[in-house]
Amino acid sequence: MTALLQIHEPGETPEPHAEERGIAIGIDLGTTNSVVAVVDGEQPEVLRDAHGDGLIPSVVALMQDGVIVGREAQDLRAKHPDRVVSSIKRLMGRGVHDVKALAGVLPYKIAASGDSVGMVRLEVAGRSVTPIEISAEILKAVKARAEQSLGQDVIKAVVTVPAYFDDAARSATKDAAKLAGLDVLRLVNEPTAAALAYGLDSGAEGVYAIYDLGGGTFDISLLRLQKGVFQVLATGGDSALGGDDFDHVLAERAIATSGLENLNEAGAAALLLAARAAKEQLTQQDRVKLTAEIGGKKIDVTISRREFEALIDSLVQRTVRACRQVLDDARITPKEIQGVVLVGGSTRVPLVRRRVEEFFGRAPLADIDPDEVVAVGAALQAKALTRGSDTLLLDVIPLSLGIETMGGIVEKVIDRNTPIPVAKAQDFTTYQDGQTGMLIHVVQGERETVDACRSLGRFELLGIPPMVAGAARIQVTFAVDADGLLTVSAMEKTTGIRAEIAVKPSYGLTDAEMADMLRDSLVHAREDMEQRLLIEARVEAERVLLALDAALAADGALLSEEERAAIDSAIAKLRQAIRGEERDLINAAVDGLDHATHAFAQRRMDRAVAQALKGHSLDEIEASMATDPAPGGGRTGRPGAAD
Amino acid sequence: MPTQADDTRAARAGFVSCWSCKGPVAAQALFCHTCGAIQPPTQLDHFRRLGLEPAFDVDLDVAEKRYLGFQRAIHPDRFASKPAKERAFAEAQAVALNQAYETLKDPLRRAAYLLKLNGIEASVSRDETVRDPELLMEAMEAREALMEATSLEKVEKLQAKAGADAIAILADLSKAFASDDLKAANRLATRLKYLRKYLDETRARRIALEQAEGTA
Repeated sequence: MTALLQIHEPGETPEPHAEERGIAIGIDLGTTNSVVAVVDGEQPEVLRDAHGDGLIPSVVALMQDGVIVGREAQDLRAKHPDRVVSSIKRLMGRGVHDVKALAGVLPYKIAASGDSVGMVRLEVAGRSVTPIEISAEILKAVKARAEQSLGQDVIKAVVTVPAYFDDAARSATKDAAKLAGLDVLRLVNEPTAAALAYGLDSGAEGVYAIYDLGGGTFDISLLRLQKGVFQVLATGGDSALGGDDFDHVLAERAIATSGLENLNEAGAAALLLAARAAKEQLTQQDRVKLTAEIGGKKIDVTISRREFEALIDSLVQRTVRACRQVLDDARITPKEIQGVVLVGGSTRVPLVRRRVEEFFGRAPLADIDPDEVVAVGAALQAKALTRGSDTLLLDVIPLSLGIETMGGIVEKVIDRNTPIPVAKAQDFTTYQDGQTGMLIHVVQGERETVDACRSLGRFELLGIPPMVAGAARIQVTFAVDADGLLTVSAMEKTTGIRAEIAVKPSYGLTDAEMADMLRDSLVHAREDMEQRLLIEARVEAERVLLALDAALAADGALLSEEERAAIDSAIAKLRQAIRGEERDLINAAVDGLDHATHAFAQRRMDRAVAQALKGHSLDEIEASMATDPAPGGGRTGRPGAAD
Repeated sequence: MPTQADDTRAARAGFVSCWSCKGPVAAQALFCHTCGAIQPPTQLDHFRRLGLEPAFDVDLDVAEKRYLGFQRAIHPDRFASKPAKERAFAEAQAVALNQAYETLKDPLRRAAYLLKLNGIEASVSRDETVRDPELLMEAMEAREALMEATSLEKVEKLQAKAGADAIAILADLSKAFASDDLKAANRLATRLKYLRKYLDETRARRIALEQAEGTA
């Protein structure tokens, strides 16, 4: 009887097993600041430090005696510019080639590398480190804050990423979380998280635009909200545009007016800090002084808001152009937008608000702190994924995926803004007689030539039987999961030869590198792994027991007393094994139970088939009465049953 | 384990064996009615996956309602804390559902798919040049007109005409499918595809002209 009570409604997530019930946090891993929030009771809450500050600066200092993250790391920058790294998010998933274009603009030293391909590495404090490792340090600090606030271990998290992040940047983020000892339940797009924060609070319906201007990235997304479903209609943006660029133009102005020359690293860092302070004051004041002392020279430049706005207007206009493009993509006019949500600290700049208001023809929403709104949404989604929810996020892939064909032309396989998860197959063929191998080059982007898109990875399908050119049928399948991560597989159809890769080579960590880093970080020690496997075995055993309980409740009458007793004894054995600590015993008891219920399963199927055959004529009568086939239920669409 | 012959017999009766409780479950059910476990997707056409009869005229409101309702039940987010196997089934179901809805909600894709269900590889699904001489002529003339249109007004006129033509084709497509004239449907679908491409070109041309006027 209790067994019946335990059966859950289809789709409803049952209470997780006790050991799996750990709390899940929401993390906004930002370019400038990171924020962590959680839904412990009903309301989301941002986790703050002793001073009530919710922002953790995404700044990492690699000091001799350890790693320091956050405000303290920021304070160390002036003294140890070579040990402090900031804005690392801009390098996530980037290759050496991409970074060359940004040389001189970025506040870090790129490690010299003989390779022209592969992931970019930084030189910090004489060490060569990857952006993934730096991001992992930030996430460790975030995790530590959460654990301290909540007084318990935290493993599970929802981590947000810019909607415009490509596959390489997404997998880099997931790898960073893994290194920090976090189990990522889902990567969620930042604008989607922001809408989640607003949507739940106000019960809004209609199409909403989420304008997210952070420190280093700009995102614009259109979401349709209806009855608790959040559907991403389109996304766009610029992964290298943000408030940091405002600081840069202010700093450049200061350099130009004060005749400063040959700025060293410490000087540049100090000037950028002063520029940022000036920018922040300009949201309240009409005129500010940008002051700094650099290399013994005093800088004192007065800047009016009007001048500042003239300096940044072209940058802000770039965001407006991106908005127009996304609206065009979705075939929506600004008038059809129900509301505009502002996200990101840079949306505090008055010119930004003005331009957004001009474009959309309505005042934007900003009643949730734009720095915290994403983390709040991530926390709500973390709760939804662990404790169930009425809302549902339907996400899309932000950039088209394709493969290289003859002449460096991209053949698109999945168009951007296709809902995920998605899988698509496309056929390709050989172009030479007797060709036995085929190199598959996967790219992401909207342009038509391979050079103008991002290369995600290459893999080779070998062993194609020699045929005349054009005779082989190579089916390439692209599968994008709910996190937006891509797996590509290929098959030669006439022979069934397969090749499969999870796409992460070009700009990601290789599996070996990842394994090394995990070993170094000691977060997934051997005991943890054993413990995990034990928990998994218990969860699976519980599932088997629940399913069997349901089957016995429905069809138990098919068993003789003797047969039933044998099954009950196998159940008892499994229950006992679950209480123990031996994974092998649990698995053996599951096998034993499976064996004991063989005949039972067979009889259930037989009876159902017999009944169906007996009911055949009845079905036909029903069909001829043209009843509307109930979705998912019943046996609809049987051949011959259509009118 | 039930033998293969048993499986075939069950499948003919509209059943498969539930992977979790091993009992019978309707072939296209999302969940087992006995133990509640999510099932892997079975082979179903896109229409039946959304509980619709295969036809060009589809009530998109109904299709969307079903799509969202099924998504609510099987979206991978609902299974985020479940074992890998159930997560994989949820993902496979969501993939099948997305594919079905994406195909049906767009009239051109729906038409091509319907032709394919009827054994016709629609010319729109192949990326080849148009062979219909009448359409070829129409396309050439329309492109020429667009090239010669130098004012915003003229481009907008061409765009409006093409837009109206595209809408008119939908009605013709519906008629062609209703009367089982698949040959006509195939031709209309090709024409619709060309018109869409042409509409994209007029839009690009309009934007270019607008920008030119803006800077002048």
